[in-house]
Amino acid sequence: MSLQLELKEKIIELLNLEDIAVEDIDNSDALFGDGLGLDSIDALELIVMLDKDYGIKLTNPNDGKAIFQSIDVLANYIKTHRTK
Amino acid sequence: MEETPFYIESYVSIKESSIAFNGKNVFCSETKDLQLFLKKAYKARISNYPKFHKMDLLSQLALLASECILKPESHSSINKNTALIFANHASSLETDRKHQSSITDKNNYYPSPSVFVYTLPNICLGEISIKHQLHTENCFLVMPSFSPKDFLIQTNYLLKSGKAEKVLCGWVNLDANNYEAFLYLVSNTGAIKHNETEILELYTK
Repeated sequence: MSLQLELKEKIIELLNLEDIAVEDIDNSDALFGDGLGLDSIDALELIVMLDKDYGIKLTNPNDGKAIFQSIDVLANYIKTHRTK
Repeated sequence: MEETPFYIESYVSIKESSIAFNGKNVFCSETKDLQLFLKKAYKARISNYPKFHKMDLLSQLALLASECILKPESHSSINKNTALIFANHASSLETDRKHQSSITDKNNYYPSPSVFVYTLPNICLGEISIKHQLHTENCFLVMPSFSPKDFLIQTNYLLKSGKAEKVLCGWVNLDANNYEAFLYLVSNTGAIKHNETEILELYTK
């Protein structure tokens, strides 16, 4: 399974996106704002997910804005920074 | 007993996997599982509010019940001057337990922000207010059991003082597999007198 697909499945389950399927999310779709419409609590949930599943600790929550741009951007960041 | 010129416009009860609005059954499911029941009831009664799935079970229960009263099919608009007075016995205990389980193991300490934000019972009032854009008075009381008198006093104060035109009262309790929601809308119109006897009769129906 590609990391992109893994992330889509995790995001749908973790953020309870009941009406959204993996196929509905394009790798370049914006996760916040007009894209998936995630909110600030979702951002915090993604920060916890990075730590728990990939061993990445974001010490500055503002970094999330750039990292959570899209599935592709997030996957690239994880590939570079993961410790597990 | 305090008599007032106010009336109960409508009421809803959710318990044992069924929803009754104004005494008539409007939805029921065979499932005993609350989460599954809420999901099915959402699809049948709301269906266009994805944020529902992000809420904890107490908020889902409260929102689902409030939808029956605040947006019945026969009404075209909602009175934005509707205050909310809710109460229960178990506070946010079910979500508190879920949060506690995520912080008990020091070696696996990953509290969920989306769980933590619901570790207060009054959050469900915020969810209802956001859904219906209500900028009104609200309060959530924690008490040993359903108390018509306490609801009556608070409601009459809000209506008599002009702080609200209507008051949505609600008892929404959830503890493990036990749950119930009883909501009623009070204003100066309606067929049922707003007094302790009538409130208790509707609650125990």
